[in-house]
Amino acid sequence: MELINKSALELHDLLDKKEITSREIVEAYIKRIEALEPKLNSFVTLTLEQALEDADKADEMIKNKTSTTFTGIPIAIKDNMCTYHVKTTCSSKMLQDFKPPYDATVIAKIKKAGMPILGKTNMDEFAMGSSTETSFFGPSKNPWDLERVPGGSSGGSAAAVAAKQAPLALGSDTGGSIRQPAALTGVVGLKPTYGLVSRYGLIAFASSLDQIGPFTRDVADSAALLNMLAGYDPKDTTSLPNKRSDYLQALGKEIRGLRVGLPREFFGEGLDKEVEKAVLKAIDALATEGAQIVEIDLPYSKKALAAYYLIATAEASSNLARLDGVRYGHRSENQKDSVTMFKHSRAEGFGPEVKRRIMLGTYALSAGFYDAYYLKALKVRTLIKNDFDAAFKKVDVIVTPTTPSVAFKFGEKVLDPLAMYLSDVYTTTANLAGIPAMSMPAGLTKEKLPIGVQIIAPALAEEIMLNTAYTLEKAIGTIGLPTLEV
Amino acid sequence: MPLEDYTIVIGLEVHAELMTKTKLFCSCSTSFGNEANSQVCPICLGLPGTLPVLNEKAVEFAVKAGSALNCEIANFSKFDRKNYFYPDLTKAYQISQYEMPICRYGQVEFFVNGVKKVVGINRVHMEEEAGKSVHSGATITDSEFSLEDYNRCGIPLIEIVSEPDMRSPEEARIYMETLRNILRYANVSDCKMEEGSLRCDANISLMPKGATKFGTRSEIKNMNSFKAVQKALEYEALRQAELLDAGKKVVQETRTWDDSAGITMSMRSKEEAHDYRYFPEPDLVPIVLTDEYIQNLKDSLPELPVAKLNRYLNELELPPYDAELITANKDLADYFEAVLEYYKDAKVVSNWLMGEFMRLINEQGLEIDQVKVKPKDLAAMFTLQDKGVISSKIAKTVFEDMFKTGKDPDAVVKEKGLVQISDVSEIENIVQDVIKNNPAPVSQYLEGKEKVLGFLVGQVMKFSHGKANPQMANEYLKKALDKLK
Repeated sequence: MELINKSALELHDLLDKKEITSREIVEAYIKRIEALEPKLNSFVTLTLEQALEDADKADEMIKNKTSTTFTGIPIAIKDNMCTYHVKTTCSSKMLQDFKPPYDATVIAKIKKAGMPILGKTNMDEFAMGSSTETSFFGPSKNPWDLERVPGGSSGGSAAAVAAKQAPLALGSDTGGSIRQPAALTGVVGLKPTYGLVSRYGLIAFASSLDQIGPFTRDVADSAALLNMLAGYDPKDTTSLPNKRSDYLQALGKEIRGLRVGLPREFFGEGLDKEVEKAVLKAIDALATEGAQIVEIDLPYSKKALAAYYLIATAEASSNLARLDGVRYGHRSENQKDSVTMFKHSRAEGFGPEVKRRIMLGTYALSAGFYDAYYLKALKVRTLIKNDFDAAFKKVDVIVTPTTPSVAFKFGEKVLDPLAMYLSDVYTTTANLAGIPAMSMPAGLTKEKLPIGVQIIAPALAEEIMLNTAYTLEKAIGTIGLPTLEV
Repeated sequence: MPLEDYTIVIGLEVHAELMTKTKLFCSCSTSFGNEANSQVCPICLGLPGTLPVLNEKAVEFAVKAGSALNCEIANFSKFDRKNYFYPDLTKAYQISQYEMPICRYGQVEFFVNGVKKVVGINRVHMEEEAGKSVHSGATITDSEFSLEDYNRCGIPLIEIVSEPDMRSPEEARIYMETLRNILRYANVSDCKMEEGSLRCDANISLMPKGATKFGTRSEIKNMNSFKAVQKALEYEALRQAELLDAGKKVVQETRTWDDSAGITMSMRSKEEAHDYRYFPEPDLVPIVLTDEYIQNLKDSLPELPVAKLNRYLNELELPPYDAELITANKDLADYFEAVLEYYKDAKVVSNWLMGEFMRLINEQGLEIDQVKVKPKDLAAMFTLQDKGVISSKIAKTVFEDMFKTGKDPDAVVKEKGLVQISDVSEIENIVQDVIKNNPAPVSQYLEGKEKVLGFLVGQVMKFSHGKANPQMANEYLKKALDKLK
């Protein structure tokens, strides 16, 4: 029995029936990680010994019948979520030795559920990037083609799930950082409604846009993991005090009559032909299942990318200011007073993309420019929300490509920031509007590279979104996972 | 042109720490004077990933403060980030309220040399304290290193911004004292300037008398006492007047007050001023308050200084001087009213507080809350006096002892044998002794010089070691002398 080929829910069944142990699962994954890590670089920090100890504890829980759905099932965590006394680096030199004295709320939930944590996954530095190429620890590789990027910023988590180094992973999504790498590596990635999952302990990139979400191999696992992550947290006052839903229960309902919106703006110039074809095929499949396809307009979505890069960088410039070398993180040797300490610590600790965004954001918030940039971006954000509000009066979900093209090669865009930023062109709108969106595989190109389809739903309509994805997954079949030589 | 020919324009920005038990955004203690960095957590240390959660009590106190300052309370307000780098600021931004403060448009009244003055309040907003830098050397520039104490970091503050309504340094000082008094009455801040829980920055400018356009202002920082506020502004007004007289311009800048040297010095120019890059705090949701919530807090406010002053004048019929002095100090007013609970004659109580009580307090440099005499005991002392158990003279001795030891008056009287002599035969005996020992004054009295009686009464008191009942001494001395006529 190849344990690494099973989905998380399948593993749960086997654990439940006492056919396997958590230790066996973790051992299988350790073997896989050790074999592939030199090729893939999915992880920044591995916590394999701790994972084995936690597996034994999980086996005890199962024996004592105190287990829950994910007890004993290992997970990988993006390295911007704080883990008690385990390095949390954000893939930056600035935090390369930072060991938080506390757990993020999602980590506390994972530990409480008895899920062994395999390690902390690689990412673009401070989640700024779409390829993991800005990581201080070097890029992760796309398991489908080692010469290509896995996407970003949660590229390590996506690669780990696609390469079967972990059955589940957590990522964070500020402008597409879960969905874009999910699309590029052929896995399922979900960004929840803003406020559904606590941000406490997630090292902020842009506070008003950031959300934590799951990477999984299929839609059912995604729904099940979201069940565990979602919920109000008194430590995060922006989290929503809504009543809990059971996302897994929502799967499998008929979608006859479901109104699926097709925004014209997402199928225009810049969209790769193969990607377009696959996404339209997915939409046809939904129509075959009884969905009603409606063409819609999201006119302000064309302005989304510009608004996004102003709001996100403005917030980031403030969020990252605390990394000044005074209390923790990198402190320069080259200092003669507090000001030179700040300057040199930050100059040495941050990479070029982070610096670029801090400068952009600082500029956007500066006296005399605030109204023209930041304030205007906030207005566009409201218009984009209005667009979606109007659209969701006509349709139940919206389906689009996740990215304009498939995984690109290393170095192809890293020197051209604008080209890199365009990878987020279809994903940022959901963050700006605070609504849920997910990416799932829609097929493969001729070159055997995954194509992602994005499903967007109204705020807190994750159940409808997941059921649409589940129906689509059954209709078009999976693309499988890449075959990697070990 | 002498300073008198200029109009001085002053506005103050006052920071007051709110007396919440815990910090504004985490549950660390706010108590003062503990070991450095013993009251910190990941949130107030601003560790990556942490989020603020607003302390509801701080909102309550800010609303109370705003109400006490006659402000409009906003149903909707929000927080913003004020961005700047400084080692004592853990997040490199201060969470403050910029665009939509919780309170706006209030006013404060007070008297300056008997004339009523009204100063407008532009806004009251909430924000968090920074930590404290401790330098290894005497000043930051000649220090080899600095240490940071973050105990204070995150303590809730309100900033009270006045309109530029003050016209003299004295008014500014009295305004500050009035604010302190109001905030103490409202029970939202202890306002201790020496501990830094009340601080102020001042904007000051000059314009020729009769002009309407304000001159260029300077901002004065680092005034650490009420006296310093007045002294610094007096210095700065003169400095600006001299500049203007010499045909020079006042530079818009921030200046720091050096209390020991008695001068202000340039800190930074307008060009060097920070661009704080304010923007809405995305980690906190807006504060939405219902009218009912606001009204409940308004209703819960205790009687404030102006109302109390009017009551003392009109209902208790205290003299204006006494009423103003007592209401100017909340602790004194509280003490006064606590005594009144047990003893109804307000004038007697007020006289005593204005006299002996304040004398001893000033002599020993005490605060009201350090006084050992319980209000109930002071009231008991008045009752002893009324019953004739002790004379008013003895009362002073008794009170001094109570003040020193905190004992009740019965105990002091008993211990020291201070009971007043009211026994007729005992008094008559003393009177006879006095007449015998003072033949000259006695004959003067008998010759019609009745003024001598006072001296002879004094002798009775002296002879009895002050214990004779003065009214009886008077009465029986007169009787005995009249018999000799």
